[in-house]
Parts: sequence; structure tokens; C-alpha cells
Amino acid sequence: MARWRPGPLVGMIHPPENKERTASRPILRPALPDRVVIPLWQHTGSPCEPRVARGERVTVGQKIGEAVGPLSAPIHASISGKVTAVEPRPDPLGREVMAVAIEGDGEDELATTVEPRGTVDSLSPEEIRQAVHEAGIVGLGGAAFPTRTKLSPPPDRNIDTYILNGCECEPFLTGDHRLMLERPADALLGLRLLMKAVGVTGGYVAVESNKANALEALRPWADDAGIKLILLPTRYPQGSEKHLIKAVLNREIPSGGLPMDVGVLVSNVGTAVAVADAVYRGMPLLQRVVTVTGRPVREPANLLLRIGTTFGAAIEAAGGLGEPAARVVMGGPMTGVAQANTDVPVIKATTGILVLGRRESPPVVSTPCIRCGRCAQSCPMRLLPLQYDAQVRVGNYERTRELFVMDCIECGACAWACPARRPLVHAIRLAKGELRGRRVGR
Amino acid sequence: MVAAVITLFVMGLAFGGLLAVAARKFAVDADPRTEAVQAALPGVNCGACGYAGCSAFAEAAARGDARPDGCPAGGPALALQLAAILGKKVEAREREVAQVLCAGSRSEAPDRAVYSGIPDCRAAVLIAGGPKGCTYGCLGLGTCVRVCRFDAMHMNANDLPEVSGDRCTGCTACVKACPRGMIVMAPASRRVHIRCNSRDRGAVVRKVCTVGCIACRLCVKECPREAITFADNLARIDYARCDNCQACVKVCPMHTIGISPERVQARGA
Repeated sequence: MARWRPGPLVGMIHPPENKERTASRPILRPALPDRVVIPLWQHTGSPCEPRVARGERVTVGQKIGEAVGPLSAPIHASISGKVTAVEPRPDPLGREVMAVAIEGDGEDELATTVEPRGTVDSLSPEEIRQAVHEAGIVGLGGAAFPTRTKLSPPPDRNIDTYILNGCECEPFLTGDHRLMLERPADALLGLRLLMKAVGVTGGYVAVESNKANALEALRPWADDAGIKLILLPTRYPQGSEKHLIKAVLNREIPSGGLPMDVGVLVSNVGTAVAVADAVYRGMPLLQRVVTVTGRPVREPANLLLRIGTTFGAAIEAAGGLGEPAARVVMGGPMTGVAQANTDVPVIKATTGILVLGRRESPPVVSTPCIRCGRCAQSCPMRLLPLQYDAQVRVGNYERTRELFVMDCIECGACAWACPARRPLVHAIRLAKGELRGRRVGR
Repeated sequence: MVAAVITLFVMGLAFGGLLAVAARKFAVDADPRTEAVQAALPGVNCGACGYAGCSAFAEAAARGDARPDGCPAGGPALALQLAAILGKKVEAREREVAQVLCAGSRSEAPDRAVYSGIPDCRAAVLIAGGPKGCTYGCLGLGTCVRVCRFDAMHMNANDLPEVSGDRCTGCTACVKACPRGMIVMAPASRRVHIRCNSRDRGAVVRKVCTVGCIACRLCVKECPREAITFADNLARIDYARCDNCQACVKVCPMHTIGISPERVQARGA
């Protein structure tokens, strides 16, 4: 297949991929965790309310957190066993959120509610949306936006295209790549369900050139369904939905807008597989593929982990550490979230667990900005990170708003390009937080 | 030469006359009190009143939109002065100063992680909730000190902020800046403060801090004036009831309750 002629993108970088240690190894299923801690707030939107109490026995797939409000997704038990606590616990996003701790009984007994909902042909769009919501499905690319909400655009938006995002442009991560290789039929089945839920006929799967074999795996299942497969050049941050839409369709989302404003919805490959599981097996989102990697990790791998497994247990399942860790990050090196310890649980948004040794993560020494402009050149949103950095230093947050700081997608390309190693994304996040109005205390 | 001098002289007279007429005819009625109020204000434009600066506050006060006691930085003394200028009444209120409710410096409450980002507390809390083991306590990066317009705060040798009671004007800039919400305003005459903000259970507090409130409630029982309330695993002083007797200070097993120095005279009083 000829390379897709992509829409023109500005900025973009190509950091070292570091995917080779995990890309060719099949997804592993480690032993069941003895205990899990499942936060009741894993998604964008409002937290769930607990539906179980201490001492209660729960089964796999049983709903333990009820969604509240229009932007939320329910949460399910990921192992069977006894609830030992319902209390606030630290999560990997640095928050203290209400969580359900479960001590496993090792039986892995399925809840009676887990049963097939139907097929792509037998279900109506509303029934698909309902099944997706009941299964607690959120975007698995890292943002954890409730999928039901994405599938319910306002009636005045005319959606014509659905793009399945298989770019996985973040270095180190290979979970989506493995899913496309190992479950191509389910990924495309999920895409067909998503397309039916919003009534669109145009479907694309976009993959970067370093994962060309995934495209070949998908091909037999795509051709009958009329879904177009697109091979894009490898560049970061192409997996950001704004940039993916520009690359695939050459449509540009206005400042402050959403993909639906240009008639497009984008979902991650992992989300599509979860949707297929939810409809065809009735299985709620209670496990996900997590890339556990980094040089100190003895046997880096993609692991199918139950939600609530601690980072420490996940790292042990990948052979443990061969040398001390200098930094543990949830996600990839560009957009990941640094952790204070490894007692935090895997959540729906955990795309990877990256362990960096001292050699990859030396203490950062930043020097003054020399106005070289490399940050602005690398910015895929055409913004001016150097200006945000300067304004934040003097506390002039209003000025950063005038310079469109709110359009920043926090991809980290600027900080990667900065020769002075200035913490640009950190400054931007500080400015955004101050502009949104900070909550005082906790 | 002579013609030029005469021309300019005549033009000067003409324009001067015009300006004199315009000044009379189009005169704007300025409230003379605006100027008087502005002269009395501290003039540092701290913004604590909610207006864009001291002159904006002065205009609002003269219009009657702002109250005479609306300038926190000026305190009660200024309120009385402004009330006299504006012909209004104010109730005498006690001057308030900022109190830092954390005694856990790095030696008492060690960090759980290494933080290498922007040296600002508001930036530090964005990363894994901050490097400090206690998730309620002072991060020690001095954001409150930097936002103080009155040089009333400094970091002490243990990297904890300290308030100079005589310099603090009560503008609340530090209270608003602290991402932990552990700086509060207290009447200047109150000297006993529970220097902890942790709402964790006692066992958790003990793990992360040697001077934190462990929710033992000894102070609540000891207080003769029932001035200490207890909620969310944390004792709090009701400053309206406290009479500085310090009975609670003696019983606190964690030495969490501190005594602030004897107050110096209030600013300008």
C-alpha cells in the first residue's frame, strides 16, 4: 500500500523510540494479584460513588462504583474476594481518592452480570452506547475520557468519520502495537461497534510506519468492513487526536474546539478492543495492557494487568528491578506522570509503567533561556513555550492566557527540544492551574 | 524676529485663554475625598481589597462602593481614618495576622521523593501531590514569602515560613497562594496556635511527621474555655474563645501547639 499523503503538520519531533525491548514479545498474563486497590475516580469527569461496603464479598466484574452525572463511568471489581476497606488512597495521578481495597480469594469467580449483550448487527446504537457505559469503558490512550459521552455528541454536530488511533507515538510504549498484532479482529469489531453507535460510515485505522506489521495483521479484517488502513510517518505527537485528524483528513480543529467540531471522533485501539469485549462477552473494563519497561526492569513486557494491581506488583511480574530506580513514571517519558512510590494502583489510564535508572534520568540542571526558539519550532500547536516560561517566572499568568496557553496539549516536545533543559511543560501546567483557579488545600 | 516673538506671544495668550475657559466650562467634579483617601492608603497596590490598586480603591471608597474597612493592609487604624474622611462609621475590629499551621520541616517531616521541578509550591503539588511525605504540610519552597508585598515573611533555618507579626498587614496574599491551604488569619493578640494541617489518622501522621497532630484530643480535654474543636482528625483553635492560657501547650504530646512571640505594636497604631 502506498503511503498515505498526510496533512501538513508543523512542529513535531522524533525522540528515540525505545520500543524494541517489548514490541516483539507477546502480551503476558501474570498471576492474579493477591490484593487490589481500585480507585473510584479513574476517568475525566465526576468520581463514582461506592456500591460495596467493608467485609462484603465481590466477584469479578461486579460493579463497585456507580457513575454519577453525565460525565462518568462505573467501576468494577477486578478480582473476586473480600472488600477490606473503602477509604481514600493515593492514586498515580498524585491525588487521594476514595478507593475499594479487595483481598483476593484466588478463585477468579465471574459475576453473573457478565454475559454477552449481542452483536454489531443485532444491537441498536443506543444499546451499544448503553453496553459501553455499563462496562465502564473510557479512552484507554491515557486521557480516560468516558466513551459513552464521546459517543453522544450534541445533535447539531454532524459526525462523518471515526478514526481508530493506532499511532502509539509515545516512546517505550508498545501495548497498542501488540493488541493490533494479537487481536486484530476484535480491534476492528470494536471500531465497527463505535461507528454504528454514532451512525458513521467512514472508518479509518491510522498506524505509524514503525508498526507496519500491525497494519498487515489488520488488513484481512478491514477489507470486508470497508475500513481504510492508513500508514503515517513516525513522528511525535501524532497520536494526539488533534494532530491525527489533521494528518489523516487534513481537517483542523479550531482553538478550544473538539474533534466533533470537524465531524470526527477518535478512539484508541485498546478502547476498541474493550468495546468488543464489552458487547460480545459482557466483560467490563477491569484489565488492560500495560507496558512495563525501562532499562532497570529485568524482563520488560506487555502485561495484561487487572485494574488495581500495584505498580510494585506489576514491576515484580516483569522480573523485578536489576538496578535501583531513579524514577518511576506512569505512561511514557513524554507525557507520563512521575510517581512518589510504587504503592499506587494501575488504573484505566495506565498505558505503561516506565522505570528509569540513574543513567537515563540524571538530576536535571536547567540554565537560563537563550531565546533560541527551538521550543516554538518543535511545538505542534504553533505556540510559544518560551513566552509561557518567562511569564510564569514573573507570575504573569494572565499574559499566558492571551498567548493561548490553554491550547497547549502538554506533549512535551518543547521541553524535549530545549537545549537549556528548562521545565517548560511544568511551567505551562502551573499557568493553566492558576488560570483555572486553584482549589486551596485538598 | 520681532514678528515671530509677537506671533508666538499672541498665540500663547489665545491658547491660554481657551484652556482657561475650557477648564471652567468642562470641569469634571472630582470628589475631593478620593485624594484624601488615596493619601491615607498604604500605596503598595497589593490588591487584597479586590480593586485594581490603591487609587481604584480610593475612587470606589469615595463613590461609596467600598467600605472604609475594605483595605486589609491598612488594618483597623486606617479604617478609622477613612471612616472619618468619608463620614461613615466602622466597627472596631482586631487586626489579623497570618499564622503558618505546620511545624514539620524536613527534619521532622521528611520528603518521600526527590523534587527537581520549578521551585514553587504551586508547581510542586502538580507532581505526584508534592515531594513531602505529609500530604497536608508545608512544602517549604517559599511561595508565600515571594507573594508577600510587605516583607513580613521569611523562610527560617528549617525551611519553614515564619510571619513577622509586626510587619504583617493581614492582606491574605499568602493565604491565597499556599496550595496546601495551611496559612490562616488569626487575631494578632492570640498567641496559641495548633501548627498542623493534617487530616490523616494519628497512625498515618506518626509515620510521616514527628510534630503533627495525632488526634489524641488531650488539648480538647485540657482547655478550660472549650476553645479547641476537633474534626477530621485535627484539633483547631477557636480564636474567639482562646485566652492564651497555654494549658493545651503543656499537654500536647507531639509539641504541635506553639506559642507565637509577644505581639509588637500594630502597624501605625
